[in-house]
Amino acid sequence: MSHDTHPQHPDIDDDMWKKIDEIIAANRDIPGSVITVLRQCQDIVGYMPVELVDYISYGLNLSRSEVYGVASFYALFSFEPKGRHLIRVCMGTACYVKGIKETVNRICNHFDLKEGGVTEDRRFSLEAVRCLGACGLAPVMVVDQDTYGAVKADKAIEILEKYK
Amino acid sequence: MNKVRTQLMLCGGTGCHANDSQAFHEALQKELERQGLAEEIKIIETGCNGFCAVGPVMLVQPEGIFYQKLRPEDAPHLVEEHFLKGRPVKKLLYVEPTSKETIPIMTKIPFFAHQMFWVMRNKGVIDPEVIDEYIARDGYFAVAKALKEMTPEQIIEEVKTSGLRGRGGAGFPTGLKWEFARRSPGEIKYVLCNADEGDPGAFMDRSVLEADPHAVLEGMIIAARAIDAHQGYIYARTEYPLAIRRLGIAIKQAREYGLLGTDILGSGFDFDIDIYQGAGAFVCGEETALMRSIEGRRGMPRPRPPFPAVKGLWEKPTVLNNVETLANIAQIILNGGQWYASVGTETSKGTKVFALSGDVNNIGLVEVPMGTSLRTIIYDIGGGIPNKKKFKAVQLGGPSGGCIPEQHLDTPVDYEAIAKVGAIMGSGGVIVMDENTCMVDMARFFMDFVQDESCGKCTPCREGTRRLLQLLEKICEGRGEPEDLDTLEQLSYTIKDTALCGLGQTGPNPVLSTLRYFRDEYEAHIYEKRCPAKRCVALLKFEVDEDLCTRCGVCFRSCPVEAITWKKKEVARIDKEKCIKCMTCFEKCRFGAIF
Repeated sequence: MSHDTHPQHPDIDDDMWKKIDEIIAANRDIPGSVITVLRQCQDIVGYMPVELVDYISYGLNLSRSEVYGVASFYALFSFEPKGRHLIRVCMGTACYVKGIKETVNRICNHFDLKEGGVTEDRRFSLEAVRCLGACGLAPVMVVDQDTYGAVKADKAIEILEKYK
Repeated sequence: MNKVRTQLMLCGGTGCHANDSQAFHEALQKELERQGLAEEIKIIETGCNGFCAVGPVMLVQPEGIFYQKLRPEDAPHLVEEHFLKGRPVKKLLYVEPTSKETIPIMTKIPFFAHQMFWVMRNKGVIDPEVIDEYIARDGYFAVAKALKEMTPEQIIEEVKTSGLRGRGGAGFPTGLKWEFARRSPGEIKYVLCNADEGDPGAFMDRSVLEADPHAVLEGMIIAARAIDAHQGYIYARTEYPLAIRRLGIAIKQAREYGLLGTDILGSGFDFDIDIYQGAGAFVCGEETALMRSIEGRRGMPRPRPPFPAVKGLWEKPTVLNNVETLANIAQIILNGGQWYASVGTETSKGTKVFALSGDVNNIGLVEVPMGTSLRTIIYDIGGGIPNKKKFKAVQLGGPSGGCIPEQHLDTPVDYEAIAKVGAIMGSGGVIVMDENTCMVDMARFFMDFVQDESCGKCTPCREGTRRLLQLLEKICEGRGEPEDLDTLEQLSYTIKDTALCGLGQTGPNPVLSTLRYFRDEYEAHIYEKRCPAKRCVALLKFEVDEDLCTRCGVCFRSCPVEAITWKKKEVARIDKEKCIKCMTCFEKCRFGAIF
C-alpha cells in the first residue's frame, strides 16, 4: 500500500513520485529489497530526504526505524542535498601515497568547501570515497561521471573550473 | 563470411576508459573505414589488460604487437603506417624505463614476461560481452564435465586436491568449505560470490569481472552443483558500474544458452544467479555482514559459529567465495587438481593476482605463481621505483595487512611466509611506497579508514580503533609523548584479541607492522618533533634551507597565495603569515629545500 497522496517536498516533483511508486510496487514482495529501493529512489531525487525515507518504509510495510537504520548505515545514502556537480576524490591507499591529500586541501581552500560538504551556491559537493579501483591513474578524481587521473592540485582546479 | 586478417584488442577497462580509450576507439574506427580496411581489420573492446599505467593500450593480433598511450590523433598515422604499409609505429610502442629499449611484442615486455596467466587467461584476448568468445576458449566445458561426468563428491575432491585457498584474504581451503556446506542438511542452499572488493588499493576482482565475467559464473555453477544449491547471488560493489553491467550481460547470455536456469545442459540441474549491489560499507566484505546486507539489513557481522556453511543467508547453508577463487574453479575441473597443485609452494598452490600500485613504474594487474618473491613483483615486473627515489616499504593486504621493509623483500608470495613478516596475503593489493612516505602517517591513514568503517557493533573495534586513531593523530601533530608507543602496542593487541569479526581482529595490523619496522620514525615524531619524510604538515616549519635551495624560483611561481618572495639568484623566503600550508611548494621543489 502506498499513500493516497504524496507528502509535500520541494525537491520531489510529481514525476519523481510516480517513479518512486513504481519502484516500491516492483519490489514490495521481494524480501530484502529495501537497499535496492533506497538506491533507486536516491538516483531519482539525488538524495534521501527524511520524508522519502518515511514514504518508502510505509510502502514496503517496514518500520521507519528499520529503514532509517539501513539508510544511515551505508555510505551511499545521503540525507543532505548535493551540489550541481559532485566531486568524488579517491582516498584509496594508492591515491593517498600519490598525494590526493594535497589535492583535496587545495580544492577545499579554493572553493571554500569541506569534505562531505556543499559550496554555498550549490555548485559543488565534495565527497571522499574509498578506492575507486583505478589505482593505475592515481590520484583520481571523479566529477559527475567523468574520471580524471593523475590530478595534482593545479590540474584539479583547472578541471573543476570547467564545471559551472 | 569476410576474412578478418587483423584483430585489434583495445582495452576497455576502467583505467583505459578514464584515459579516454572511447575517443581513440571512435577515431580508429573512422580511420579504418576511410582507408577501406574496416572489413578486414576489426576492433574488439576487451576487459582490463592489466597494464593500466600506460593506457589506453591495444594489442594487434595475430602479430602480438603492443601499443600504449594511444590518443585519438594517433589514429590516422597508425592506420596508414601499420595497417597499410605494415610498419609498426615506433613512438607508440613500449619503451623499457631502465634500458630505454623499445619492445614491440607484448609477451617480451618484462611486465608480462614474468607473469603466468591462469585466472586472467582471457583478459585482453576475448570480448567479455560475447559468450561465444568465452566458449571458444574452452568456456563452460568445465560445467559440462562437472554436471555430466562427475558426482558432487568428485568435484569437491578435485578442488581439495588442487589445494586452492580462498583468495579474499583469509586463505581458507575452498574444497573444505564446500564439503562442510554439502554435508549441512537442508533443502535450500545458496552460493554467493563476494565481489565487494573494499580494500583500498585493490582492483583485481574488478578487472576479472570486467575482462572475464563468464569465468566467475562458471565457477559459481560448479560450486552450486557441488553443494546442491539452486540460487546464487553476486554481491558487487556499487562503485564498479562497468563490472556490474558486464556481469548483467553475461548472466543474460548464459541464460539464453541454457547454462543458467532450469535443466542446465539437459542434466536436470537447476541454478540461477542474481546480482546484488552493495551500498558502500567496507565491513560487508566480511561474510556474515555481507549476508545481512543481502537480506536488506544493516551489514553487521555476527559471531561464528554457526558458520555460514551451516547457517548463512536467510539461515540456510551457504558457500561464499571470492571472485578470484571462483575464477580458478573451471580450470581446476578441466585440468585436474593435480595440475593446479603442481605450481606454488608447500601450502599455497596455483597463482595469485595482485594489484600493483603506488610508487612503482608499472602500475597494473599482475598474476604470478605462488612462491614468487616480492622483489620480482616490484622490480622485474613493476619496473622499480620512479624518479630515482629509494624504496621504503610495500604494503600488503590493505587495512588488515602490514608494511614490509626492504630487508624482507625476498619473502615469497605464500600465505604463511607473508604472515611471518607481519603482513597478510590479503585480497591482493600491493602498494609500493618510496622514501617520501611517512609510515606514521600511513598507519594513521589506515586507522582512519578502519575506525570509519567499523560497524559499531562490538566495543573493542568501535572504541579501540578510535583511540588508536587519536593517538596516531596526536603523534602526527607533534604532541606525541614517549608512553604513547606502549599504549599503541597494548591497545592494538587488546583489539586483535577481543574484536568480533575480521575487521577489528586485523585492523591494528598496520600500526603493529609499522611499529615493528619503522619505530625510528615514530620516535622522530615524538622526541624530535620531526617528520623524516616531510609529510606531516604540523611538523613542518615551512622554511627554506639555504644550502639546498638552488634559487630556481619554482616554489615562488607555484604558490597559490603569493606567500613566497624570490628574486633571481636569491634564496626564496616563505611568509608564514600568508602561507596556507597547502604543500604545493613541497611538491614542486625537487631539491627538498623546504622543511
